Amino acid sequence: MVFKNQIKQSLIIAFWFMVLTFPIMVIKVNTIKHTIDFRWINLLGVGIVTFFASMVWNYFLRRNEEQKKKDIADDIPLIHRLLQNDRFRRPFLGLIAAFFIAYPFVFPMYHTSIMISALVYVMLGLGLNIVVGLAGLLDLGYVAFYAVGAYAYALLNLHFGLSFWMVLPMSALLGTLFGVLLGYPVLRLRGDYLAIVTLGFGEIIRIVLENWDTFSNGPRGIGDIPPPTFFGHHFGQHDTMIYIYFIVIALVLMTIFFVNRLENSKIGRAWIALRDDEVACQAMGIDKFKTKLTAFALGATWAAMGGVVFAAKTSYINPMSFTIWESITILCVVVIGGMGSAIGVIAGALVLILLPEYLRAVAEYRMLVFGALQVIVMVFKPDGLIKSVRKVYTFNVQEKEIHEQTHT
Amino acid sequence: MRWMSILLGVSVAGIIGFFAVRELLIDPMYFFELFLGGLTRGSIYALIALGYTMVYGIIQLINFAHGEIYMIGAMTALIVASVLGLWGWNTVVIAILAIVFAIVYSCAYGFTVEKIAYKPLRNAPRLSALISAIGMSLFLQNYVMLAQTPEYLPFKSLIPDFKFWEPFAHIITSVELTIIITTVIVMILLGLLIKFTRIGKAMRATAQDKIMSSLLGINVNNVISATFVVGSATAAIGGVLIACHVGQINFFIGFLAGLKAFIAAVLGGIGSIPGAVLGSLVLGISESYFTGYFFSEYEDVFAFTILVIILIFRPSGILGRHDAQKV
Repeated sequence: MVFKNQIKQSLIIAFWFMVLTFPIMVIKVNTIKHTIDFRWINLLGVGIVTFFASMVWNYFLRRNEEQKKKDIADDIPLIHRLLQNDRFRRPFLGLIAAFFIAYPFVFPMYHTSIMISALVYVMLGLGLNIVVGLAGLLDLGYVAFYAVGAYAYALLNLHFGLSFWMVLPMSALLGTLFGVLLGYPVLRLRGDYLAIVTLGFGEIIRIVLENWDTFSNGPRGIGDIPPPTFFGHHFGQHDTMIYIYFIVIALVLMTIFFVNRLENSKIGRAWIALRDDEVACQAMGIDKFKTKLTAFALGATWAAMGGVVFAAKTSYINPMSFTIWESITILCVVVIGGMGSAIGVIAGALVLILLPEYLRAVAEYRMLVFGALQVIVMVFKPDGLIKSVRKVYTFNVQEKEIHEQTHT
Repeated sequence: MRWMSILLGVSVAGIIGFFAVRELLIDPMYFFELFLGGLTRGSIYALIALGYTMVYGIIQLINFAHGEIYMIGAMTALIVASVLGLWGWNTVVIAILAIVFAIVYSCAYGFTVEKIAYKPLRNAPRLSALISAIGMSLFLQNYVMLAQTPEYLPFKSLIPDFKFWEPFAHIITSVELTIIITTVIVMILLGLLIKFTRIGKAMRATAQDKIMSSLLGINVNNVISATFVVGSATAAIGGVLIACHVGQINFFIGFLAGLKAFIAAVLGGIGSIPGAVLGSLVLGISESYFTGYFFSEYEDVFAFTILVIILIFRPSGILGRHDAQKV
């Protein structure tokens, strides 16, 4: 009986979608030749697909509901359990390390190149994770700092001939500076107002880069950006890619180390507290403004470094690489991966950047699939793929003492 | 501090006022034309911004897919108008049917999008709903692109050049006039809807306190659906009007228009309906003057700059409620 009802419901939904998609899916008007195509086959396709999709969708929605009722106790994601378990921890990390070291030598250059972009996004994601995931500040203009880094390298190299290794720390400082400069006026705003203003700043920087010809060469962009050198030694094209790959790996490791240390430090806990309850946090004597500003500036630092690597890898940059979609992609990395969780962000970046690249086989549909996946992941896993787990401090000593006391 | 900001505000207003008066004296015709152009632009922003602000007022979500709803409205109107045009129907009938279909379909899309992408996320973290909205926006864009075409489609204006308006047509075209008048009518109707009808009262109650209103017998889910439907309807009207004005559409027009309208809504104070209208007009008119007197390539920068400046001085927008945080 229940099953019958479900079929009935799905049939209604399928019919609804057939009506809904009718003008756009079925009718195609050729405005030049003045003919109309009626593509009735699409209507049938929509009907069948939505019928089965709604069955599956409803089934999973119900299962989700039931699971929520069953165990309210927070379940720790599998990967966290693996990492906490000492027996699995070492072989697991070893396996990952071996994979990433062997990667550029096993796979052709194209795959290395894709992996580099994914790893740059890991860096950007971890940086934005500080701002959005830990401090809870919705930043939709993160790409501005990425652009600052990329243009810093391109311009400093063009005008002063500075090398990659000199610009990298400089751009980190520059990123911090920009973070403070932009953060200072806007961090008083709350929630979505902050989001839209940061979005505004991101767009302002892009449009200025596009129109200020004498400074940034406008939409033509800057080419011939040299790749990094190894103590003055230049590599061939293929080796350069591998070299950049390892630089990015090193930077990512450094980022993970820093973020991990920050997360459990005094300031990291202040960020999390501020995210969870601003008023209570201020009552505990935490300077709200300063704490937010640090998060904003630190996030910007990583974006700028990511930008330098990006410029060095592609050897050509123009303002089109820094549109608002880029900011949104980075935000998706953080949220889909699991806000506040470093492992989640890494997984999110790898999935989100590698997936569209390998979906190029079905190039036309990849953005459609990408959009649908975002909705699906969020509906069924609103906390992201791998959700964050707060570090738990246990009072071992005291428990032991209490234990002993009660027994004596 | 307070004195300083007042002083700053007065001096900025003085400088702007001085230039405005000077330009007005030099070329009053051009000044007036820019004003009307800005008014048209602002009206369109207002029609889209309403949907944003109403949805935000009720579920605190930036509905990123709203721009796409507007695009789908324009697209549906285009398809219906061209099909009927090829069948040789009367132009007046075509115009009416195209607008009706655009509104109906936009409402249906708005309703469906809410049910699929936002309703399951009602109790989830707010950022998750935002990402879901972004995903929906991406999906709808690509869906229209794949099912129709990535090219720009010419849109034959549904609004004829009125005979009686000919003497004034060099100041403001009949399309622009229609846009302004339609917007005013829609605003009045919407105001009446919100103020006096049952559903309007339910909307206001839900926006204030969801739990309390559901305790008082309001079906919150229905109210939210109704909000999406009303917002989508105004967006569809905006879509058809701007398509008539610009003369071409493609699958991507929703994005920038949506962004601008959202800025306008934030400018006016998001969640407030008069605020959305005021913000849109301020944005439209000032953009028009800026592009008319200064550089047109920095048009979008200007929109964002205005936004940043206003939000720094009035953190919850021009007409936004300044609600004190409760502990």
